[in-house]
Amino acid sequence: MANNPSGWAPKSPEVAEGHDVETVTGNRALMLEEPLLFEIGATDQCGVDIDPAGNAPTRLGGLERGSVDLPGLSEPQAVRHYTRLSRQNYGIDLGVFPLGSCTMKHNPRLNEKVARLPGFADVHPLQPVDTVQGALECIEKLGDWLIKLTGMHSVAMSPKAGAHGELCGLLCIRAALEARGDARKVVLVPESAHGTNPATAAFCGYRVENIPANDAGRVDLDALKARLGPDVAAVMITNPNTCGLFEPDMKAISDAVHTAGALVYCDGANFNAIVGRVRPGDLGIDAMHINLHKTFSTPHGGGGPGAGPVVLSEAVAPYAPLPYVRKSGDGYELVEEENAGDSDSFGRMVAFHGQMGMFTRALAYMLSHGADGLKQVAEDAVLNANYVLRRMEDLLDAPYAHSGPCMHEAIFSDRGFAEGLSTLDLAKGLIDEGFHPMTMYFPLVVHGAMLVEPTETESRDGLDQFITAFRHVAKRAREGDETLKQAPLYAPRRRLDETLAARQPVLAYKTPAPDGSSTGLGAKYGGG
Amino acid sequence: MSLYFTKEHEWLRVDGDVAVVGISKHAAEALGDIVFAETPEAGRDLSKGDDAAVVESVKAASDVYAPASGEVLEGNEALADNPGLVNEDPEGEGWFFKMKLANQGELDGMMDEAAYRAWCETL
Repeated sequence: MANNPSGWAPKSPEVAEGHDVETVTGNRALMLEEPLLFEIGATDQCGVDIDPAGNAPTRLGGLERGSVDLPGLSEPQAVRHYTRLSRQNYGIDLGVFPLGSCTMKHNPRLNEKVARLPGFADVHPLQPVDTVQGALECIEKLGDWLIKLTGMHSVAMSPKAGAHGELCGLLCIRAALEARGDARKVVLVPESAHGTNPATAAFCGYRVENIPANDAGRVDLDALKARLGPDVAAVMITNPNTCGLFEPDMKAISDAVHTAGALVYCDGANFNAIVGRVRPGDLGIDAMHINLHKTFSTPHGGGGPGAGPVVLSEAVAPYAPLPYVRKSGDGYELVEEENAGDSDSFGRMVAFHGQMGMFTRALAYMLSHGADGLKQVAEDAVLNANYVLRRMEDLLDAPYAHSGPCMHEAIFSDRGFAEGLSTLDLAKGLIDEGFHPMTMYFPLVVHGAMLVEPTETESRDGLDQFITAFRHVAKRAREGDETLKQAPLYAPRRRLDETLAARQPVLAYKTPAPDGSSTGLGAKYGGG
Repeated sequence: MSLYFTKEHEWLRVDGDVAVVGISKHAAEALGDIVFAETPEAGRDLSKGDDAAVVESVKAASDVYAPASGEVLEGNEALADNPGLVNEDPEGEGWFFKMKLANQGELDGMMDEAAYRAWCETL
């Protein structure tokens, strides 16, 4: 199915077939080549006319900075540079973005409108508290929604991303264990967990041990029970897990962990699949972070900003970080070190109160959807993923499809590909078809994994277009179409040498030698 | 000198009580192009199953476990500059570390080359 099914196009003069006209600029009409910033602006020029400072004495005592070799560009030059580059990028505003475990969903423009209201957008974290009562109410209300949606006891709002939230949750768990004089050394992490989980546990000073997955892609409950003991501090579980499957034994897992004196951390990155349907508090979870930039539609990618509030059980809540917002009479106050009294808080994770711009967006999303709308979000996200799973399973090996429906993401393996063709080749082929590839080679429990998360954002038509392209490329991989190894053929750049880039990264620009013996990118081994 | 393999796809070339340890050809191929390898420092005491080294490819990062207990004698410094050695010659020049075995009995449960290659075929 072509994207222009009627085939209409304006009439053009005939060009002889195979006649490829080279342009002198390298541009192809609206497909523009773009040099580096360093190649546009010279380091000895300034893009803005400023009168020279003259000989006014400086008061820097000889500490003036010399040249830092930054190119001088005018505003239109800079604007054009980034606009041109942005046209070579792909984002959720452009099309399906099926990156598994990332929940790349549409960012509603209503959120943006709310976040730009001056009372939210222009507040400063050091303003007197009585001038930001509305902002504090917003934080408190968002926290209240998170508590009710998860069925937990309380929430820590300040962590600024998912992994930061994991760290917060695990620090609460560690503080709770230490408070009862029972510092333990080991954190168990199932194979189907997110990759950040073992990193977080190691960062907290714990020894990490793996728990295997069973044939159905779930945590092996017996293996977990066998490993529990007096040295285990916590189990970190991702539910739904990274195979896109719900852990039906979650309550039994939590009970076993609690009986052994340990606590349960749940990675909430996949909360989109169960929001409004399942309350993690009912499953015995002690701490779980929620990625506002996933489930609650705040912008995501390009490095943030994210927000990772952590919901906490009664057992670990007293150890939550400062500051937090508390109701006080008719208004709200911030609980800081000065007014926390006899607090058991483990300390502080950030200077201020969290990611205000994300709080307003997430709350706008919740209020505009309502509790029933959020439930439908989860249902539609799961429906879309199952639609992809069932439309693909005759062509691609779906290792867990036999164990029933998936949750918010569908997983496939590279089994059945022709010799020599790989998941990477298929992903590059999807780029040629105009789609961002799915998550690949993760989770590690599936060979050549392809993890597809369409989210509820996609319409049936949008999914059908993606599936048509996905099926076409999958067929090429099965049939051994060697041209797939060349993909992408039509991207602004062809396939990059990832191995060379990782082994010999060029991290700094170097001015080319005047004789042309080296280019700006010729530096080897880290660019010097 | 004899060669042993583990189910974690490590090999040991044992001479007396000294073993050279690396990852198998099968493991190197599964990982893809290796872009980083971290080997243990001499003098480190390893227990069987400990994380001994780290290997990172374009696809994945994973730990190399200590296949047996003992003291590290030497890490392969060539891997720092040229991690691609693990792909080029996984069971030779691409070795990870040498260790002094504390307990030769730990070799008993391991596979010989023929058994290991046959087992890989079943994966």
